Amino acid sequence: MDWWDVLLVVVRVVGVFALLMTVTVLLVWIERKLVADMQNRLGPMRAGPHGVLQTVADGLKLFFKEQITPAKSEFLIYMLAPALSVITAFLMFLVVPFARPFDITLGGQVRSFTFQAMDLNISVLYVLAISSIAVYAVVLAGWSSGSKYPLLGGVRATAQAISYEAAMGLSLVALIMFIAVQNRGGDVMSMASIVDFQAGTYGATEGFLSFLNPIITRVPKWFILPQVIPFIIFATAGVAETNRAPFDLVEAEQELVAGFHTEYSGMRFAMFFLAEYINMFTMSALMVTLFFGGWGGPFLDTIALNVGPWLASVVSFGYFMAKVFVFLFLFIWIRASFPRLRYDQLMDLGWKRLIPGALLWLVASSLALAIRQFGLPWT
Amino acid sequence: MGIIGDLVKGMGVTGRQMIATIFGDGMITTEYPKAFREKPERFHGRHVLNRYEDGMEKCIGCELCAGACPARCIYVRGKENPADAPVSPGERFGFVYEINMLRCIFCALCVEACPTEAITMTHLFEMSTTNREDAIYTKTELLINEDGSANHMFPDDRLANLPELLKADGWMRATAPQGRVEYEGIPGWTPSAGVGLRPPEVGQSGDAAARDFTLPDGTTSLEVEPDEEE
Repeated sequence: MDWWDVLLVVVRVVGVFALLMTVTVLLVWIERKLVADMQNRLGPMRAGPHGVLQTVADGLKLFFKEQITPAKSEFLIYMLAPALSVITAFLMFLVVPFARPFDITLGGQVRSFTFQAMDLNISVLYVLAISSIAVYAVVLAGWSSGSKYPLLGGVRATAQAISYEAAMGLSLVALIMFIAVQNRGGDVMSMASIVDFQAGTYGATEGFLSFLNPIITRVPKWFILPQVIPFIIFATAGVAETNRAPFDLVEAEQELVAGFHTEYSGMRFAMFFLAEYINMFTMSALMVTLFFGGWGGPFLDTIALNVGPWLASVVSFGYFMAKVFVFLFLFIWIRASFPRLRYDQLMDLGWKRLIPGALLWLVASSLALAIRQFGLPWT
Repeated sequence: MGIIGDLVKGMGVTGRQMIATIFGDGMITTEYPKAFREKPERFHGRHVLNRYEDGMEKCIGCELCAGACPARCIYVRGKENPADAPVSPGERFGFVYEINMLRCIFCALCVEACPTEAITMTHLFEMSTTNREDAIYTKTELLINEDGSANHMFPDDRLANLPELLKADGWMRATAPQGRVEYEGIPGWTPSAGVGLRPPEVGQSGDAAARDFTLPDGTTSLEVEPDEEE
C-alpha cells in the first residue's frame, strides 16, 4: 500500500460519486419523460433540449429554499435522517462493479484498476446490511418530524421493511448456495467474482438434451436461468425496498400527504429524493450483477487483446449501463402502470407469498444441489 | 395465473400508450405557449368593440348589454354625439365602456343583446393580471382600431397573442337571424372595419344550395374561411 494505491481509491470513490449523481439527474428526467409518454403528455420541455436540465433547475431551486423545522420535531434526529438516507444510498453502490478492470503501471508496479469503489468478500451481506440501515432513515425521519402523517409513514416503513427484507435475504441465500457449490473455494460473496463466475457460456450437455447444444453453448452463463424464482422475489422485494410504486406506502401522496418526508423542505427533502433515485439505480445494478452477468458481454476479451484493455472497459461499462437501464425502465413502467397496494395486500404479498416462496425454493434447490453432488440417498 | 395476466394487461396498456405517444399520434397535450391549439369556432374569449368600415363606432351607448349581463360586469355611459364630429352613426355613442373581466362569465348575452353588433367576443383567453385594476377593461383596450386591429391589455408581454384578438367567435352568426334555417346564407349583420362583411355560417339546414351564397366580393362562403381576417 503506497500513495498510488491511496490515489486509486480516491479516484474510484470520486468516480462512483460522479456516476451516481449524473445517473440520478438523468434518471429523474428519464422517468418524468417516460411516465409522461405513457400518459400521452409531453413532460418537461422548457429547461434545455426536451427538458434535460429540468432536474438541475429543480436541484438549484431546492438548494436555495428555506429549510423548515417543525416546532415539535426532535431536531438532531430530524436533521440527521436525510443525511443517513443519502449516505446509505451511496454506500450501497460501493460494492457494485460497473466495468471491466484493467491493469495499469503506476510507480513501477502493475496494479489492477477496478471499476468498483471497494470489493468486499462479504459484498452480498454488506448490501443487505446497508439496505436495512436505509430503513432507519425513513423511520427516524417519520418519527422525529413530530407530526401525524410522517409518523404513520415511518410506522409503515417498519412493517414493510420487516416483511420484505426477509424475503430478499432468503432469495439471495439460495443464489449464494448455488454459486458456492459450483465454485468451491471461490470468493462467492464478492461482487467482482460473482461477475467473473458468470463470464462465458453454458457448456455442452450430455444425454437426451444434447441436441440443444448448439443453442446452449451460445447462452451466456448468467445466474438468471437456473435461479429465476430468486430473481423474481429479489426484484419484487427490491421495488418494495426502494419504496417505489406500487409499494410506496411510506410516501402515499393520496393518504399521507407525502408520508415520512411531509415536514421536510429544501435540501433536506432533496436528499431523500436523491436517495430514492440512487437506490433505484443500485437495485437495478444489483439485479444485473447478481443475475445478469454484471458488466459482462460479448467480444470483451477480443477487444482487450486486439485494441486495448481500456476500450474493453469502456465497452463493458456500456453493457452494464444498457442492462441497468432495462431494469430502470421496468421500474418506471411498473410505477406508471400499477395502483398502490393496500396495506394488508402488501403484508399478504410479503409474508404469505414471497417468504414461503423463497423458503420453498431454498429447500428445493438445496435438495437438488445435494443430490447432484452426493447422489440419491438410496443409491 | 390470474394475477400475472392482470399485471401483464396493465403494463400492456401503458406500453401501448407510450409507443403511440412516441411514434404515433398519441400525444394529447401541446407545448403551450410555444404551440397553440386551434380553438373551436364559437369559443368565447374576451370582448372587443367593433367599428363600421368607415371607422365609426358601432356602439350607441344604449346600455342593453349592461342590462343583459347576468354578472353585472359591464358599465356603459352614453353621450350625445357631437354634431360636428360624430363618433357613431346614431344619436348617442358609448362614452364610457368598461368590463370587469374578474366578474365576466363569458356567456355572450351582451353580444346577443347588442342591437348593432358593437360588442363581439374573440378567441383570446389569456387575461391574467397581477392586480385587480388591470382586470377592468376600458374602451382603450376594448375598442378596435380604425384599421380593424385590436388592442392588447399588455402588448409588451412576450406571450401576448395578438392574432387571437382578431378571431371573432362564430356564435353571433349562429344567434343572429341568419342562424335560423329560413335565413340561412343571408348575413344579418353589418360590415366591420378591417373585416368587411363576415360570411354567414353554413350548414344550418344541411341544404347544399344554401351554402352557395355569394359574398359581395364574388367569393362564396365555402371558399372563405369564416374567421379569416386581413
